[in-house]
Amino acid sequence: MTADVNGHGDTSTTPQAAQPALSPENERVLQLTRKDFVSDQEVRWCPGCGDYSILAQTQKVMPDFGYPRENIVFISGIGCSGRLPYYMNTFGFHSIHGRAPTLATGLKAARPDLMVWVITGDGDALSIGGNHVLHSMRRNVDFNLVMFNNRIYGLTKGQASPTSEFGKRTKSTPMGSVDTPIMPLTIALAAEASLVARSVDTHTEHLQGTLERAGRHHGSAFVEVLQNCNIFNDGAWRDFTDREVREDRMLILEHGAPMIFGKDRDKGIRLNGLHPEVVTIGQDGVTESDLLVHDETAEDPYLALVLSRMFWPEFPVPVGVLRATSRPTHDRLIEDQLAAAVARSGQGDLESVLRGGETWTVE
Amino acid sequence: MTTTREPELSIQELERVTIRFAGDSGDGMQLTGSQFTRTAAVFGNDISTLPDFPAEIRAPAGSLPGVSGFQISFSSTDIHTPGDQPDVLVAMNPAALKTNIVDLPPGGALIVNSDAFTQANLNKAAYATNPLTDGSLKAFTTFEIPISTLNERSLDGLDMTSKQKDLTKNFFALGIMFWLYERSMEPTIEWIDQKFAARPVIAEANKRALKAGYAFGETTELFHTHYRVKPAHLAPGTYRNITGNEATALGFLAASKLADRPLFYGSYPITPASDILHQLSGYKAFGVKTFQAEDEIAAIGAAIGASYGGALGLTASSGPGIALKTEAMGLAVMVELPLVIVDVQRAGPSTGMPTKNEQADLLQVMFGRNSDSPLPIVAPATPGECFDMAIEAWRIALHYMTPVVYLSDAFLATGSEPWRIPAVSDLPQIGVRDAVAGDGPFQPYLRDPDTLARPWAVPGTAGLEHRIGGLEKADVTGNVSYDPDNHHRMQLLRQAKVAGIARDIAPLEVFGPERGELLILGWGSTYGAIRSAVERLQADGRSVAHAQLRHLNPFPANTEAVLRSYERVLIPEVNLGQLLLLIRARYLIDAVGYDRVRGKPFRIAEIVDEAERLLEEGGA
Repeated sequence: MTADVNGHGDTSTTPQAAQPALSPENERVLQLTRKDFVSDQEVRWCPGCGDYSILAQTQKVMPDFGYPRENIVFISGIGCSGRLPYYMNTFGFHSIHGRAPTLATGLKAARPDLMVWVITGDGDALSIGGNHVLHSMRRNVDFNLVMFNNRIYGLTKGQASPTSEFGKRTKSTPMGSVDTPIMPLTIALAAEASLVARSVDTHTEHLQGTLERAGRHHGSAFVEVLQNCNIFNDGAWRDFTDREVREDRMLILEHGAPMIFGKDRDKGIRLNGLHPEVVTIGQDGVTESDLLVHDETAEDPYLALVLSRMFWPEFPVPVGVLRATSRPTHDRLIEDQLAAAVARSGQGDLESVLRGGETWTVE
Repeated sequence: MTTTREPELSIQELERVTIRFAGDSGDGMQLTGSQFTRTAAVFGNDISTLPDFPAEIRAPAGSLPGVSGFQISFSSTDIHTPGDQPDVLVAMNPAALKTNIVDLPPGGALIVNSDAFTQANLNKAAYATNPLTDGSLKAFTTFEIPISTLNERSLDGLDMTSKQKDLTKNFFALGIMFWLYERSMEPTIEWIDQKFAARPVIAEANKRALKAGYAFGETTELFHTHYRVKPAHLAPGTYRNITGNEATALGFLAASKLADRPLFYGSYPITPASDILHQLSGYKAFGVKTFQAEDEIAAIGAAIGASYGGALGLTASSGPGIALKTEAMGLAVMVELPLVIVDVQRAGPSTGMPTKNEQADLLQVMFGRNSDSPLPIVAPATPGECFDMAIEAWRIALHYMTPVVYLSDAFLATGSEPWRIPAVSDLPQIGVRDAVAGDGPFQPYLRDPDTLARPWAVPGTAGLEHRIGGLEKADVTGNVSYDPDNHHRMQLLRQAKVAGIARDIAPLEVFGPERGELLILGWGSTYGAIRSAVERLQADGRSVAHAQLRHLNPFPANTEAVLRSYERVLIPEVNLGQLLLLIRARYLIDAVGYDRVRGKPFRIAEIVDEAERLLEEGGA
């Protein structure tokens, strides 16, 4: 995946200040390495937590974007994921539960020159902060939201989360959860996120590639990272992410490529009516040409929606970029209106606004 | 106003007149009132207005809840309130009569649209008998005018439905009032031409209605007198009429210019604050960015994000929305970023009475957050003063790196007064210091020794990379800290920072004797009623003074000294004693409260009566 991540990374049609022009002053940006993004704070997640890998991959890909450290901001909410900004040697803001997208929206609107990351979890993004995810995605706010999904509330010690399985027994649901879980990527697609992707904490190269894609995308990027909480929900994704089984149980999406998976690369996904089905190449006359070909840039979201609903054990779990489309970003649209207002009536003049409307003079 | 019954037309000079226009919410009473206001203001009268409208956009026509009113007081002398009681009530239907007649004093003039007094409308207003014929209006000088019929006749030949024609009858009523008070129709005609430029038939109809009403006043035998209210002697300068919400928005725009930082406004629509959003969204050519958020929390969250990025992050709401913003306000206290939170207060707990006035959110913004979470609070006292206090809010926020609450209310927001337009060069500059990178690691909580403000280190400056958040921080370094002594120190530092602002704000000013029997202390929009009451009491030789707090946290440094200079302290509030609680707790002064929470501002007479009662009781 890392090999081809940049092939269609830039899907923007609007010019943006994504890559600062290379000046002698910016030469130092080229010298940045992973280490430059490691802060002096001691990392305090539980030993064995999936968050360590997500942090490491994030620090690793950060030099690739060409942004100086001071122009990068990580904003988080509450939960274990919320600690990540403390460990990044960039600007960071650990905000309140569920609200990181709101701060990021205001920051990006005020400062389009910054690269903004939102770090969140399944409870933070989809429960208390669900509304903000929905609206920041539909606005196409130019930030990269990385949601650590461990299907449990970790920081509060083990209650059911909005992605916990139906019937899941937790501290707060001793007889099993009666709530149907949310499908995060379906939500992101319905909210019109312009990039929707999934990766896994332990699949380090794939995770790097996915974060790279999000980082290079202009607009709202929603990245779900399947993450293991080894204390309160150990092995949440093990059934399909473990090294021995993952090739047979996961589908690595590649733009323009047929959806083939399996250790022997002999399984594939075919569309039967509106429904996807798993087929075996060579059986019942199935050939590669019968398989769905991934098109992440498709104008309509139906293929991505089908993929977002596919999950183990009925299906291999799709990872990679489900959808990457392009439309003007929120900050750009705001700036355009400001420019249009100035073009129409000139730079605002305070004196004349104060004297606006009807006035009269007392001698 | 007194009506005379002389056979010939006479002109009577009056110092002050208060008119209330009341009708169905679809009758255009707000428009009628504001047109009269503009005309009186441009003429040079001092004015004060009080719109009073229902929350329902269009309650059932003719119903009691659907009545909308607009009161304007205009005067040849300095006035502070829209008047306790109207001299003239214009009632466009029975429901408007029913809900407003209680305020008209005996002898007052009542103008009714007699066409609207049909059986159906009488039923809707729950009148058992027709008040025009049952003698119940005997105490008033009543003018029954078939406004609908006369108006429709004046529109003969225009290509309009009779329903459309009926919609212009408010201009007919306005025309009558213009004649009665010797007002020019020109400002309104100009307004109509501009407003309906694209719809010439409507423009023509409104103009004809206006002129027909005026001509009716002139030619009919009904009125024998018309009235003259001379221009007031206002301080020299250029004036405009301004509502509190308008002045608030302009003040924030000015603050952005004075601080040389762009304004970012995050907001969710709520009555009575929404007009601030409407107005600021029109200032794009100033670089003002407005963001209509998905909810109140997102609105303040985005404002905090913008402030973090170096803009002036601003949000506004009313009480219910402030309740939702509470957690984020606590975050702003913790991360010590400049932010202004506007609360345009309205009446009642929960949804309450959204369009009605109250000043009962003081304790909410003072204490309504978890833990000790101090932030400064400012409160303008008049519509025009909203401009100055908006700048003051930003001065404090930027100078002290703190969220500031700006408490307005529905009365200030929608009420209006003449406002002397300041020269931009006379406005105070707001200095902003940018954090600079030093040699060692950046210390985001290293405070200025004078103000205790931490540096504003915005992204984009190399060497200032740092992390902040809602977790407690270690003093100076800002790193996460659970150290017990550090937490105690940080709580004290946050408190000391806000308390220290007392050294840097205007002292509490007293109107009246420096020592005496009674001080009436107020805050916010009670200013006008208290000032007028104190003027009356002083004219009667009473030993009474007035002070109005503009800073509610911290209080001005001289507050206690002022309070102790009087035998008694009376605190009238449109709540059940919130400032009273703070004053008593803070200074151990036996102040007494006077509370009226009816969704309306105080009447002057109520405060006069209460003050006299206290004076008669004698010293505490």
